[in-house]
Amino acid sequence: MSERQIELEVLRYDPEKDSAPRFQTYSVPCLNEWVVLDALNYVKENLDTTLSYRWSCHMAVCGSCGMMINGEPKLACKAFIHEYSDKIRVEPLAHFPIERDLVTVIEDFIGKLSSVKPYLIPKDDKPISAGEFKQTPAELIKFKQYTLCINCMLCYAACPQYGLVPEFVGPAAIALAHRYNQDSRDGGRDARQEVVASNEGVWECSFVGACSEVCPKHVDPAGALQQVKVASTIDWYKEHLMPWVKK
Amino acid sequence: MAKSNKPIFWSLFAAGGTVTAFVTPALVLLLLFASLGLVPSLFTYEHLHDFAHHWLGKLIIFGVILVSLWHAAHRLRVTLHDFGVRADTVVAYAVYGIAGLGTLMTLVYLLRI
Ligand code: SF4
Ligand code: FES
Repeated sequence: MSERQIELEVLRYDPEKDSAPRFQTYSVPCLNEWVVLDALNYVKENLDTTLSYRWSCHMAVCGSCGMMINGEPKLACKAFIHEYSDKIRVEPLAHFPIERDLVTVIEDFIGKLSSVKPYLIPKDDKPISAGEFKQTPAELIKFKQYTLCINCMLCYAACPQYGLVPEFVGPAAIALAHRYNQDSRDGGRDARQEVVASNEGVWECSFVGACSEVCPKHVDPAGALQQVKVASTIDWYKEHLMPWVKK
Repeated sequence: MAKSNKPIFWSLFAAGGTVTAFVTPALVLLLLFASLGLVPSLFTYEHLHDFAHHWLGKLIIFGVILVSLWHAAHRLRVTLHDFGVRADTVVAYAVYGIAGLGTLMTLVYLLRI
């Protein structure tokens, strides 16, 4: 096992005490198979107990360890030390206010997520006795990829539009709305469109595509948003040019 | 939240993007040949004039110019926003105004052929 001394430059900030964020450098003896999260844990356990950051699963499942690593949104538990030089800069996720050190305030994202009603709204409600709602593999394939989102918010940190227009509902939330819209058991699309088809919804997206590049779960939110644009455009023409056609 | 009216502009933008992706390279190539003095007989003035004279030719030319113009206008609006110009409504009126004027001029000129 080879060991490497890494200079970890970590952003520190306590809004209640500090006037501005600053960088603190820790020298960490890292094993080559470590990820950046291991290095942070080493700091916390051995060098500085005051360092704050979020993590839980250490296996790219919980989505809580998102941070900027050398300026790129990454999961700290998936960013291998051997892919970096001897100096690594770690900052909180871009576009979110800092709560403390690497911990960000995520209420905005949570609010947007719930605004798109990200749950199954059954098309035809039937009693339990009527049996299960069946789905074919072909119907599942239509939305499966969008179920893989772990709400890590890397896509929001990567999206320049979200940085410019904080009202933008954003990639993960709209991709999740799309996930339910595409579900054969679901009938909630009209309700979701109220938010999704608004100016702050999908129409704020200018198809930069950065969200899909950084997504650790290959959800491809940018692709979802393009499909949502096409569907919303068809809606618009139906509503305005053929108001007699029922959706 | 009210539903957006952007679909009108976006659909023209999307259609224009597709059309220009095919038409622009062909035009560039043809112009390059023309500058070298190589004009295939199909593209001589008389032939093109005949094409624009027919109602179907007019319709095709109008369609191509219309979506290209609106594509460019929308692209410009988004790009200006990316560059930090925050007066989106003013920009929208300006770029779509130019595209609208261009559309009108295309119509007038085509109908005069
Ligand atoms: S879409 Fe991808 S990057 Fe965005 S929150 Fe979900 S998993 Fe993370
Ligand atoms: S710690 Fe759970 S995703 Fe990184």
